[in-house]
Amino acid sequence: MPLDNVVFWVFAPISIGSAIGMLFQRNAVHAALFLIVNFFTIAVFFLILGAPFLFAVQIIVYAGAIMVLFLFVIMLLGVDREETLIEQLRGQRPLAIVLGLGVAVELFFAIRAGVGFATRGPENFDEVANRGLVGNAEALSRVLFRNYFFPFEVTSILLIIAAIAVMVLASRRARAITRAEQAAAVDRREPEPVA
Amino acid sequence: MRTPIAYFLILSAALFAIGTVGVLVRRNALVIFMSVELQLNAVNVALVAFSRMHNELDGQVLAFFSMVVAAAEVVVGLAIILNVYRRRHSAIVDDVSLLRG
Repeated sequence: MPLDNVVFWVFAPISIGSAIGMLFQRNAVHAALFLIVNFFTIAVFFLILGAPFLFAVQIIVYAGAIMVLFLFVIMLLGVDREETLIEQLRGQRPLAIVLGLGVAVELFFAIRAGVGFATRGPENFDEVANRGLVGNAEALSRVLFRNYFFPFEVTSILLIIAAIAVMVLASRRARAITRAEQAAAVDRREPEPVA
Repeated sequence: MRTPIAYFLILSAALFAIGTVGVLVRRNALVIFMSVELQLNAVNVALVAFSRMHNELDGQVLAFFSMVVAAAEVVVGLAIILNVYRRRHSAIVDDVSLLRG
């Protein structure tokens, strides 16, 4: 049995299991921890698919930055309480599970029809895709900066806009104190206890 | 590479479906958001698998872009959830059923 097959069959159950664990975990912190496990297994799949650069980026960006942000917000809001199981719309939960299964089955048949189970990844991926360059990172940067240079620059603008937007959204003191609020504050101070 | 590409695609489809169910079933806005992240990652797996199948790196570049967009989206989304929490003291989506401040 070749190595990539072994790695796939070891990590695929962990990946599905951690995703289902996230789904049924009622505590938000535990759900986030399950999601971190899932992101690590996805990084491993990137590695066996021949994308070591994305493997590193996946761990740094997702398992590192994004999940720390999630956990930070969960702790900040103190919403690590368990959520209720009361349904606002009757029958929504079973319907959602049925529809989710429907999506999975439909995608399965689409993959069987479109790609088929005989298609395997080429053995010489590293040589052909990397075009004789040193490694995946260098070859990826060649594609990124030659064919996708404009989208890459747009991405940087997007990140700057996101950073500014978050500063505006999350700051408490961005709103100036209005005159009405000043007056209300003065009114509250006024009634002095009469001795 | 002995593992068929279809196995990775089926795994990706399964993760995407689990993420869909998570978005529909869960009530906590943060967990819904995590399910969306799971869906994005599932699609990334499919993109990298197609990149391998076609012997080209374009799929990996697209997965890279989707990671960047996901990072920006997470930051803005969490700030919105934070603002909703400050106003309503709840991160449960059923409590925020009115589009009024």
